[in-house]
Amino acid sequence: MLLTITTRHTPATDLGYLLHKHPAKVQEVEFGKGKAHIFYPVANENECTCALLLDIDPVGLVRSNGNQFALEQYVNDRPYVASSLMSTAIAKAFSSAINGKCKDKPELVDVPFPLEVKLSVLPVSGGETMLYRMFDPLGYMVTATQHLLDKQFPEWGNSRYFTVTLRQNITLKDLLSHLFILIPVLDNDKHYWVNREEIEKLLVKGKGWLETHPEKELITRRYLRHQASLANDALAVIMKDDMPEELLKPDVVAEKPKPGLHEERLQRVCEELLSTPVKSVVDLGCGEGKLLKLLLPHQQLTHITGMDVASQRLEIAYRRLKIDRLPDNQRKRLRLIQGSLTYRDRRIEGFEAAALVEVIEHLDPDRLKALEKCVFGYAMPGKVVVTTPNKEWNVTFTEDADQMRHGDHRFEWTRAEFQQWCDKLSAAYGYAYVIKPLGDEVEAIGAPTQMAIFTK
Amino acid sequence: MRIQIPELSFVVMIGASGSGKSTFARRWFGKAEVVSSDACREIVSNDENNMDASEDAFDLLHYIVGKRLKRGLLTVVDATNVRPEDRKKLVALAREYHVLPAAIALNMPEKVCLERNQLRTDRNLPPHVVTSHVGLLRRNISKLREEGFRKIFELRDAAHVAAVTMIEREPLWNNKHSEQGPFDIIGDVHGCYEELCNLLTLLGHTVDATAYSVQVNNGRKLIFLGDLADRGPATPAVYKLVMNAVSDGVALCVPGNHDVKLLKFLQGKNVQLMHGLERTVAQLAGEDAAFREQLKLFLDGLISHYVLDNGKLVVAHAGLKEEMQGRASAGVREFCLYGETTGETDEFGLPVRYNWAANYRGKAMVVYGHTPVYEPQWFNNTIDIDTGCVFGGKLTALRYPERELHSVPALATYMESSRPLRIPGEGNNLQHEQDDVLDIEDLTGKQLIPTRLLNIVTVREENTAAALESMSRFSIHPKWLIYLPPTMSPSETSTLPEYLEHPTGAFSYYRKNGIKQVICEEKHMGSRAVVIVCKDSEVVKRRFGIDEDSIGTCYTRTGRAFFTDKETEQAFLGMVHAALTERNFWEEMETDWVCLDSELMPWNAKAQALLQQQYAATGAAAVNAMTETIAALTAGAENPAIASLLKDYEQRAVMCHQFTAAYRQYCWEVKSLSDYKLAPFHLLATEGKTYFDKDHVWHMEQLGRYCGGEGNPLMATNWRAVNLEDAQSVADATSWWEALTTEGGEGMVVKSLSFIERGERGLLQPAIKIRGREYLRIIYGPEYTLEAHLTRLKQRGLGAKRALALKEFALGVQAIEHFVAKEPLRKVHQCVFGLLALESEPVDPRL
Repeated sequence: MLLTITTRHTPATDLGYLLHKHPAKVQEVEFGKGKAHIFYPVANENECTCALLLDIDPVGLVRSNGNQFALEQYVNDRPYVASSLMSTAIAKAFSSAINGKCKDKPELVDVPFPLEVKLSVLPVSGGETMLYRMFDPLGYMVTATQHLLDKQFPEWGNSRYFTVTLRQNITLKDLLSHLFILIPVLDNDKHYWVNREEIEKLLVKGKGWLETHPEKELITRRYLRHQASLANDALAVIMKDDMPEELLKPDVVAEKPKPGLHEERLQRVCEELLSTPVKSVVDLGCGEGKLLKLLLPHQQLTHITGMDVASQRLEIAYRRLKIDRLPDNQRKRLRLIQGSLTYRDRRIEGFEAAALVEVIEHLDPDRLKALEKCVFGYAMPGKVVVTTPNKEWNVTFTEDADQMRHGDHRFEWTRAEFQQWCDKLSAAYGYAYVIKPLGDEVEAIGAPTQMAIFTK
Repeated sequence: MRIQIPELSFVVMIGASGSGKSTFARRWFGKAEVVSSDACREIVSNDENNMDASEDAFDLLHYIVGKRLKRGLLTVVDATNVRPEDRKKLVALAREYHVLPAAIALNMPEKVCLERNQLRTDRNLPPHVVTSHVGLLRRNISKLREEGFRKIFELRDAAHVAAVTMIEREPLWNNKHSEQGPFDIIGDVHGCYEELCNLLTLLGHTVDATAYSVQVNNGRKLIFLGDLADRGPATPAVYKLVMNAVSDGVALCVPGNHDVKLLKFLQGKNVQLMHGLERTVAQLAGEDAAFREQLKLFLDGLISHYVLDNGKLVVAHAGLKEEMQGRASAGVREFCLYGETTGETDEFGLPVRYNWAANYRGKAMVVYGHTPVYEPQWFNNTIDIDTGCVFGGKLTALRYPERELHSVPALATYMESSRPLRIPGEGNNLQHEQDDVLDIEDLTGKQLIPTRLLNIVTVREENTAAALESMSRFSIHPKWLIYLPPTMSPSETSTLPEYLEHPTGAFSYYRKNGIKQVICEEKHMGSRAVVIVCKDSEVVKRRFGIDEDSIGTCYTRTGRAFFTDKETEQAFLGMVHAALTERNFWEEMETDWVCLDSELMPWNAKAQALLQQQYAATGAAAVNAMTETIAALTAGAENPAIASLLKDYEQRAVMCHQFTAAYRQYCWEVKSLSDYKLAPFHLLATEGKTYFDKDHVWHMEQLGRYCGGEGNPLMATNWRAVNLEDAQSVADATSWWEALTTEGGEGMVVKSLSFIERGERGLLQPAIKIRGREYLRIIYGPEYTLEAHLTRLKQRGLGAKRALALKEFALGVQAIEHFVAKEPLRKVHQCVFGLLALESEPVDPRL
């Protein structure tokens, strides 16, 4: 919200020339989402401070951006922090300075000054160390005060907001360029770029320092991040009151067992499904269609159906499988349907084989019973391939026995628990089964994934 | 001359080109009733004479006919239909939809047809075509009955056609819509005369057993579900009594398979004397020929099934699926007598019956017998009341519309059943078992849900798709979800400066709609919670069909478990249970479960993440940024321009602090269960009852009796009744609201005194919230009271929110009324699912 730049270089008032802003005046610049006030709290020969104070219009911020139907659009930190809006304001208010122009004293442009910058408040994604990772390599002396979420409730811990002071002997041009890029990078939240050209400014503003910055990859990635737009999808709205945490954050995968485990899993499931001459397969919980893609080339299959509960994921599957570009005879083999395994669905009845890849652990135990009845009791495919994580294997990446591999997992089973479940199903619905390990086996704890193949 | 056809029939016009079919059809039937091949030809090819298009045209014709017959509409086909193969397809269609096929043949002289054809300007068929039509018709007309037509009318010349004075549509014999009961419906008697007399007496009727007569009391009527005969000791006596009652007009009777087999025997057909028929035959030997003749006539006259009480009740011996109800065909009769079998036999050598009731979705209650069961069970609005009297079970009657079951025990086991009766016990409740998994077909796609309060509530397809995901991934078991609360609209935007919401808005809304009495209830700073508590876990199993060790549930307005762990939930419900039990709730309300609409405190119990990640974060950013800003501005305040900015920001800094203060109101520390408080405000339902007919003062007072006191988790809600015509009363309520909200309280809810209230323009908002000025900071942002912001924020529209609130209200009420009426869970869930789906309608979340 507030940026101050101070110098104690004599004459300190040179800062006014460099910023092209008269110390005696209070000025105002307008930009897309509000305006900024420029004023000098102190301006004398020995010390001069210029302040850039954002005055964001919270009502306007909402009306033109994002999902109007999520409450967080209305009450948020944006008006009070230094975010990409601050960068926009810097570029607008100090355009000559950031571009290295100074009409009255051009000789000052390339002279390093002792400058001190204060940001109130800067949201930092990644904690205090992230501040140092960003500013240290550029030679700043960083002082930062992290604020509590609420003084009255210290047990809630720190917020991600810092009051940050940066000091260095540096040209004003470089200082502003650093801030222009690093403020939104540290914030790592929604960008309020007015247009695409702003993005191209990254390349310009980063010239001469970004190439050699040890964190250049991180900087570039965060800066160019296309904000996952909170699309006006109905789901986000439905969840408005009690959004489960796993939806607030992108999927948190506690471990990466090994890149390729999922591919291996799908490959193995595909082989198991096709090990007998089945003609029809339904992938229950098909997600974005990765397994379907593996199944599609096998001409022994005349009917392939993918079902998922999330319509957005089906849309992705539809695009990934390029369904609208498939020839007629191929397209007719494939069908995508939205459905749920907690409801009986006649559209999945009559298939010779079904896959349940990493699905069951996403259901609460009492809803899992519904899945069992739907799949094994009603749909009754001749063969069902089920995979689920092996909980025992978790010791390879965590000591926390409650840690699960995904935020939405409702349970993870040991090999014994999985076998118990298979036994129960086998008895209740008349299926025979075999269990096979999937992924590299570790002695005494087994493979990362367990797979059961049920046959009727 | 009158032509008489059944009201639901499929009329096939037959005649050569030029015989006058179209004219006749136009003259005697409605425009939409006549489906003409010429019109279909025109639709598919732009030309009604285009013979190339015939195949497509007839496809279309058959399709239209099929749709109409499916919907139970009389339909007339206007085509030549002179070839037997063309008619065969039509008869097959009639059979598919169980509609009686009728033929009206215009067998006109060839000359007349030829002349008319020549006069036609639009079409000129070669004469040989007409001649061939006439010939075809002549050759086959005698075979129409054989082809399957049940009514045949032949008109031979113009005079004959002109003589038709009326086409009379007769009701089908099974149509007894006007008989509205009340009824006593009696299951399979199988010759158990003594038990029948006992049952009739138990039902309050006066029986003279020796005279085979019954005086039916209390304005009721008896219905016998067939299988009066065989196996039991006194079949002739049973028939005598039933025949007397039927001829007296106090009873109806439908035939069972045993009755029909007996009829065949009486008609001298070759039937095997087994399955108890041998006993009947022996018993009939003692009866005179006149009785046997009477019996034959009686049995021959029995109608397969009846549709009664304006279509609300269907009785048939073996049940009847929806698409066959009120229809007539050999298929319907077959179903009524024998049910549907899969063609397999079971381990006892008996045919495996296809469980039509499992798929039953009809509006009518179906009462049937045929398959002996240990105990009758409601299953998808159907009930089998054959309780195997002759096998030593009991003889059962169902009272309609009361849905009460009465039975008398068998006096002996007259025959051993070859298949054991289904034994009652855990996991043996058909409805609960089926309701474990509901069918997706009933929920997704565009939904039109009938409700008592709003007629039909429409839910769009994209919303049901969204609800499917939410419901499947996050909701508790549908069996628990018997109600969801509706969204609540805020009051009209206030015209007072500085206020977005103010009580005057809500008061004037109700006053404008003719309401004089309202109630104001304090709006708690908690989360909406629906709480179901049962007297014990046995009730959970029996009434809710949930096989788990619990005494109830507590869920959010989107159907999720309120508590993340089961143990805490059950412990909390245990406390609620104890409070209710201590104050004799179960006895006073005559129930063993209760559903409460309530607010659960504190709010942060459910919304801690939201509180910290959104509110505390925003507050931390705002307050700290403001502190630095004020410091910087103060440093430069000698400059008048900066001083002016300072003044502005000082005001805003105060608002940021107020924002922090506002959300802090919601942070109670929850250390133990006793820190949770539940404030119930609607007593929604108990066994057999809902309380929407009681006003809100009743709800407040009734619930108040169970609230408060040491260690009681139930907390009373502050409320006051307001007379809108009394200025003082209104002013008092307004000050009350001001007092509640100045300190950051959430506000109050204003409701019409009656739970359900209608104005001139229909259903009124059941509740309107008026939120406090400080509270609204956490909804509209810290600085929303700045004039520049407030002016714009006041331009808010409430229309969508209010329409939604009404739809959701209607669905919520309907859901719980269905549950209380013991409707299949499918119907309850449709409402709840629809309500959740509506929640995905894009509406300003700040409202």
